[in-house]
Amino acid sequence: MLSLEGVTYRYAGTSRPSLRDISLTFGDGEVVGIAGRSEAGKTTLCLVLSGLAPRTVGGSLSGRLLVDGSDAAPLAIHELAGRIGIAFASPATQLSGVAATVYEEVAFGPMNLGLPRDEIIQRTDEALTALRIEPLAARDPARLSGGQQQLVAIAGLLAQRPAHLVLDEPTAQLDPQGTRLVGEALTRLANGGASIILVEQKTDLLAAVCSRVVVLDAGAVARDGAAGDVLGDERLSSLGIAAPASVRLRKALAQAGAGAAQLAVLDEPLR
Amino acid sequence: MTPPTAAPAISLESVSHVYQPAAVRALDEVSLQIAPGQRLALIGQNGSGKSTLVRHLNGLLRPTSGRVLVDGHETVRHTVADLAHRVGLVFQDPDRQIFAGSVEAEVAFGPRNVGMRGAQLGSAVTRALEATGLADARRTNPYDLGASRRKLLALASVLAMETLVLVLDEPTTGQDVAGIDAVRHVIQSASRDGRTVIAISHDMEFVATEFERVVVMGGGRVLADGPPADVFAAPQWALLASTYLEPPLAARAGERLGLGSTPTDAALVAALRAAQ
Repeated sequence: MLSLEGVTYRYAGTSRPSLRDISLTFGDGEVVGIAGRSEAGKTTLCLVLSGLAPRTVGGSLSGRLLVDGSDAAPLAIHELAGRIGIAFASPATQLSGVAATVYEEVAFGPMNLGLPRDEIIQRTDEALTALRIEPLAARDPARLSGGQQQLVAIAGLLAQRPAHLVLDEPTAQLDPQGTRLVGEALTRLANGGASIILVEQKTDLLAAVCSRVVVLDAGAVARDGAAGDVLGDERLSSLGIAAPASVRLRKALAQAGAGAAQLAVLDEPLR
Repeated sequence: MTPPTAAPAISLESVSHVYQPAAVRALDEVSLQIAPGQRLALIGQNGSGKSTLVRHLNGLLRPTSGRVLVDGHETVRHTVADLAHRVGLVFQDPDRQIFAGSVEAEVAFGPRNVGMRGAQLGSAVTRALEATGLADARRTNPYDLGASRRKLLALASVLAMETLVLVLDEPTTGQDVAGIDAVRHVIQSASRDGRTVIAISHDMEFVATEFERVVVMGGGRVLADGPPADVFAAPQWALLASTYLEPPLAARAGERLGLGSTPTDAALVAALRAAQ
């Protein structure tokens, strides 16, 4: 469980807070989507939730971050890193830069956790399989496409099996199936008890994997509710967010006179 | 696809590219002719060769074999600086190209480099800032912009060079509704001005709505090439899946309702009305 209690955060040198009086609790086993227009505070929320702001980013924070119910303030950054994983939109900031192969890159996290060899191998294989990147295992991470690097970075996080995971547009460079595989992997991780916070502009992905969606606007919580309710809300576009394709098409088809049986095709799985 | 009648803006003739030292064949005998003013989307799974292909268009990469011609000029005979007059490339990560101290200076750098001066330079910069919705941020330091506006800034700085060909690598990722609208506007107005627009995208709805031609890549080859209504039609779904792609929801719904190939929301609604 990760909680924010009355958190207001300002970057150094700015007068306006980027987050304003935010109180949110992310429960174990919950995948919570975070949506909002550009500069609404989504990335800042990720930095605060992972403890990187203000520890390494600077700035000033009032209010508290709680990890599993206890105040995170006394914890050193390496202690937090062991409990909370974070993924960024750009894999270049994420890869270790010291691994010669994709396999070693994915194994890097579990190795740093000091796990036994068999466990490291098992977790690495499992993460590579989950994202279908086994064929890349022997490749140099620096010589992959942007999307492939992003998958490798996420596999590295999955292999660490963090208790809490914060992801800032982790699928920005991924093809549709890669995006879906990441969604499925996050669902499995949550089923194992992790709390997962997923920032995304892709509302289709949020609709597919999140039980709950929080909308930020101008640094404050504008909506917080069941994913279906928040993403189906008529006023979503006024918050700068595109409705999921299924919501948009349901409305357009109903207006064009489609009946219930016709609308049901929107709910059918891909194949 | 019928061959374009006008002389092509871009012509690839059996282009292959092999990355060393691992001998990864990223492009395998790709041939494409792209007409002036055409809007072409490149789609395909991660690592299918899309970014490698577009890096050949401004000479950042040279073919291992085959030829690339831009406006009739073979790229191997020209420097990257020379090709920059004709082909503007916007990377997916804006931080790879932003360096100036203000938004205005960043946008002016490219057009000044290709020889624009005075009023011509000023109006090119203003047009690019207005097209991308950044006109109110002229004096802002680029790093005070959020990630999505930095991405629009990278687009503006290439747009201002007013090149014959505009290449966009994943232009909509990380953009909210307003940002995607800005990108749409840029693509439509560039195409109206007769400029060729080539975009790499994983956003199938965006591809179906904004592009008249879709090229599907897989394993460094062209797997399919045609208008969205052909490429996203049911007979192509297995091929799309083979390169990790999925048709837009409107296309799937249209086929299931027996309405034919309806790759966009508008096409689906029109087909439904026509059938009633």
